[in-house]
Amino acid sequence: MTSQELLDLLSKSFGEKIQNETEFRGETSFTIAASDVHEIANFCRDELSFDYLLDITSIDNFGEDPRFEIVCHLYSMPHGVHLRLKLRVPEELGAVDTISDIWPTANWHEREAYDMMGIKFTGHPDLRRILMWDGYPFFPLRKDFPLEGLPSEMPDVAFTKVTPMEGGPFVTVPSTAGSKDREPRAHPPEL
Amino acid sequence: MPETRSTAYDSKIEGNVIFTRFDAALNWVRKNSLWPMPMGLACCAIELMAAAASRFDIARFGAEVMRFSPRQCDVMIVAGTVTYKMALAVKRIYEQMPEPKWVIAMGACASTGGMYRSYATLQGIDQLIPVDVYISGCPPRPEALLAGLMKLQEKISRERSFRNQKPELAEKFEEAFG
Repeated sequence: MTSQELLDLLSKSFGEKIQNETEFRGETSFTIAASDVHEIANFCRDELSFDYLLDITSIDNFGEDPRFEIVCHLYSMPHGVHLRLKLRVPEELGAVDTISDIWPTANWHEREAYDMMGIKFTGHPDLRRILMWDGYPFFPLRKDFPLEGLPSEMPDVAFTKVTPMEGGPFVTVPSTAGSKDREPRAHPPEL
Repeated sequence: MPETRSTAYDSKIEGNVIFTRFDAALNWVRKNSLWPMPMGLACCAIELMAAAASRFDIARFGAEVMRFSPRQCDVMIVAGTVTYKMALAVKRIYEQMPEPKWVIAMGACASTGGMYRSYATLQGIDQLIPVDVYISGCPPRPEALLAGLMKLQEKISRERSFRNQKPELAEKFEEAFG
């Protein structure tokens, strides 16, 4: 089956639940409501042979509504077709249904989304932080979290301090500016 | 002609006896047999491994015995980015090393946090443990590590080891011999 046939099947089964269908370089994305994810993901795997979950990413559209977005990148091994499910996740929504029972690889991806963005998943077998330590009080990839970090302290486990930026943040674009401008901390003005 | 005096009390060992300060002998022994604790945390560890391999051969400076137990180490080479999650583990390993011990901060990240000015990265391992030698570079080449090691050897050779290690005994000696 081609990707168009697969997508026609999907729209026929779910109709209005599938919105904002876009295609870019042969890969299709569409938006669904967070509450429909389990049903649609199940259909994608069982009926449309999307047997491989490539990745789950989360986006913070700070200041917009809904604030968060979760993107599931699916791939069909038999048909060689990419598909993206975009979930709208409003901030006031408590949690999103887990899809780790459909694709086990979602387990760690969802833990990462929880760790970095603070999005909870209902039905997840082991929803702990994966990169930061248990007890770290912030969600660092949220837009309202400062790049230099916030101080935290967990005795005997870990601590964080605010990073000195001194003219930063620093960007890695090619520039004719000297190192004094690109890396102010390397040349403190008093020296 | 200046008068020559025999320093040996027994002609059999004449020429086999040298006089030196105790510190100098002790430091000479220590600096030429530094057993590193390879605290490899990022890409600097690859250069650390290269420094240990045949082309650069850290064994020429007596530091080839990489021990993965801190209890057998003299010098901790912090090679790489120290995240806050790893920071207290590095400190703990440092504390498990027996005295005397030294620390080399290898590369920009271990020295200052390097390019990682972020919530996740400790801005220099010297915020937690005392560092003897900093090596610049991202990552430093093995030559730079060897140069840093030689700097550390220089530093060790200037130490007042006996006084640092046995202060009471050193005081007694000073009283007795002026």
